[in-house]
Amino acid sequence: MKFQGFRGGVHPPQAKNTMECATARMGIPEKVVIPMQQHIGAPCQAMVKKGDTVKMGQVIGNSDAYVSVPIHSSVSGTVTAVSEQIISGSRPVVCIEIKPDGLQEISEDVKPPVVDSKESFLKAIRNSGLTGLGGAGFPTHVKLNPPKDAKIDTLIINGAECEPYITSDYRECMENTESIIEGIEHVLKWTGIPKALIGVEDNKPEAIKKLKKAVEKTSNISVHGLKTLYPQGAEKMLIKTLTGREVPPGKLPSDVGCLVMNVASVAFVAEYLKTGMPLIKKRVTVDGSSVRTPMNIEVLIGTPVGEVFKFSGGFVSEPAKIIMGGPMMGISLYSDEIPVMKYTNALLALNEKDGKIPEENVCIRCGRCVSVCPMNLLPFDIDRLVKANQYDILDKYNVMDCIECGCCAYTCPAKRMLTQSIRLGKDALRRKAKK
Amino acid sequence: MENMLYVSSSPHIRSEVTTQRLMLDVIIALIPAAFAGIYFFGLRAALLIAVTVISSVVFEYLIRKMLKRNTTIGDLSAVVTGLILALNLPSTLPVWMAVVGSFFAIVIVKQLFGGLGYNFVNPALAARAFLIVSYGARMTSWTPPLTVANDIDALSYATPLGALKEGGQLPNLLDMFIGNIGGSLGETSALALIIGGIYLLARGVITWHIPVIYIGTVGLLAWIMGPYGIFTGNPLFHILAGGLMLGAIFMATDYTTSPMTKKGVVIYAIGCGVLTMLFRMYTNMPEGVSYAILLMNVSVPIIDRCTKPARFGGKAHV
Repeated sequence: MKFQGFRGGVHPPQAKNTMECATARMGIPEKVVIPMQQHIGAPCQAMVKKGDTVKMGQVIGNSDAYVSVPIHSSVSGTVTAVSEQIISGSRPVVCIEIKPDGLQEISEDVKPPVVDSKESFLKAIRNSGLTGLGGAGFPTHVKLNPPKDAKIDTLIINGAECEPYITSDYRECMENTESIIEGIEHVLKWTGIPKALIGVEDNKPEAIKKLKKAVEKTSNISVHGLKTLYPQGAEKMLIKTLTGREVPPGKLPSDVGCLVMNVASVAFVAEYLKTGMPLIKKRVTVDGSSVRTPMNIEVLIGTPVGEVFKFSGGFVSEPAKIIMGGPMMGISLYSDEIPVMKYTNALLALNEKDGKIPEENVCIRCGRCVSVCPMNLLPFDIDRLVKANQYDILDKYNVMDCIECGCCAYTCPAKRMLTQSIRLGKDALRRKAKK
Repeated sequence: MENMLYVSSSPHIRSEVTTQRLMLDVIIALIPAAFAGIYFFGLRAALLIAVTVISSVVFEYLIRKMLKRNTTIGDLSAVVTGLILALNLPSTLPVWMAVVGSFFAIVIVKQLFGGLGYNFVNPALAARAFLIVSYGARMTSWTPPLTVANDIDALSYATPLGALKEGGQLPNLLDMFIGNIGGSLGETSALALIIGGIYLLARGVITWHIPVIYIGTVGLLAWIMGPYGIFTGNPLFHILAGGLMLGAIFMATDYTTSPMTKKGVVIYAIGCGVLTMLFRMYTNMPEGVSYAILLMNVSVPIIDRCTKPARFGGKAHV
């Protein structure tokens, strides 16, 4: 197979300080806050109210919409509040606050599902609450059920983990290798996809070695080391590198015959089918210049971010910026009370020097943003138009193709907020389309 | 947690490259050529360089103040423009003419159009063209380098291209490479310029495309357009002569006045090469680099428009 690679990309410092940190297990926090939207699609409605007792693994939020997944309680305890809170962005989301009783009693509904057909498999996946654990948060049962005319010939397993700092997928590969392979086999069996390709960046040689050994007994799963280049782990870039196919604008991977799943997601499939315990915990990499002891921690979903940092040993310096996710695409948090959610794979605390937002200077037209953009865009031009409020010409610039990887703004010598401008442009076009 | 947190759009890390660092790297890369100018043309060269650089910075500071805009001399781009302009001047130029050149480059071509990033042609090159038009005789009164001055009548001395045009004796290639020839302060020593060019490549300030393609095109055309028929030309002579090295490494590579796309850059560099040779061979000007680059500078917007990258996943890819 000829690997094409992709155009552009940047080499931020890898900072994989926690590679050898085996996952520590954090206990039960003081409280959990569980938002009713942790996925792409329709938000869930709260199924419990203040004062109810809940058990671990119990469904506390659900929706009738197809593109949605149920949300489960990660602790047993009492619901102390059901209220709207701002989690990220500016739109409030209903959150269920639970005071754990420390007992971790498991709900009666938690039992291994019976899977004997594609339909029962997809139903089980939905019931597990699984959404893309790589950070995108797309409901997995929807992803695994593409339209009938889409001929999927390749399942791609994303172990690239191209963002700096994050090693949680790497630890998944090292600690849960068997589950990953089992999960892949389950998915291949019930979706009928003939083969799977596991892609891992070559800065993780031990994981590649371990995975290669684990797939020796299989016939249709292969492991591939990929050149370390951000954003190799972006879905479209991964598909291009492993298969040479480019996902057309506005289309999905299924339109080029591929499905992409994160390694942790596919390992969870295997574990869920075995135990029936839904998605209630997440491995999170804690790192950053303010963090005393970087480490990988398995956290109960709903644990406030501040408690995770405290468990890891706290800060060596006052954090100036807290990021949920990686430094290239993560979300900067306004408070440390925001909880760990299904799509959280890292928590970074940066000190003043690293967290300070640099001042924007004038564009010198150096062209670096154009040469690093993996989606062949012209970020400097889009930035210019957005800053001048010329949104009407914007659709000629393919703005919606942007995957918001941040390569352009990362590389800009003038420190221009290119990614932010492109996001504003996309928002303007979406609102124009709604009218 | 007590303190406030920064909240901003991703990405939350940036590369270490800054505009100021890029400009500083260009200044460092030009130091060999500046020293070569002083070595070959004496302390007067040092005076000219100092005056041009200082007047450039002063003019930028004053005009920004007058236009009620922020001070930008800290980004070092005025220093770069002053230095490049100085290296384009003959060592005998009256100092006040150099100051006029600085004024034209910084105030007219750069700041009145919006400042850094908005100039539509290379300011130093435009100033050189302005000075040639305004003070033609003084701008072309070349003297021999100090290394050969004792043997020659010091009042006037032809540059290699000048000698080619007039039918005089051509210097040997080694002298042209080291800088034992007449010419402007920075253009004579190809060796010093190449050292600077390698520094710029190593620091990632420029890529190889513009210098190599520009110089390569000139070499190829020089060989083809030979004096005794096709393929009889001497490519090395034309590569080492005149302002080609200085222009290809330091002026055609200016970010603001070169294309933003890979394909565009190739077209631009070839265009510079073709125009340079056409001017050298078919006009009565001995040198063509300045006007070639200026003409390609103004073509950049249309080149950019025609070379937009293909859409990801677009029709070409199935």
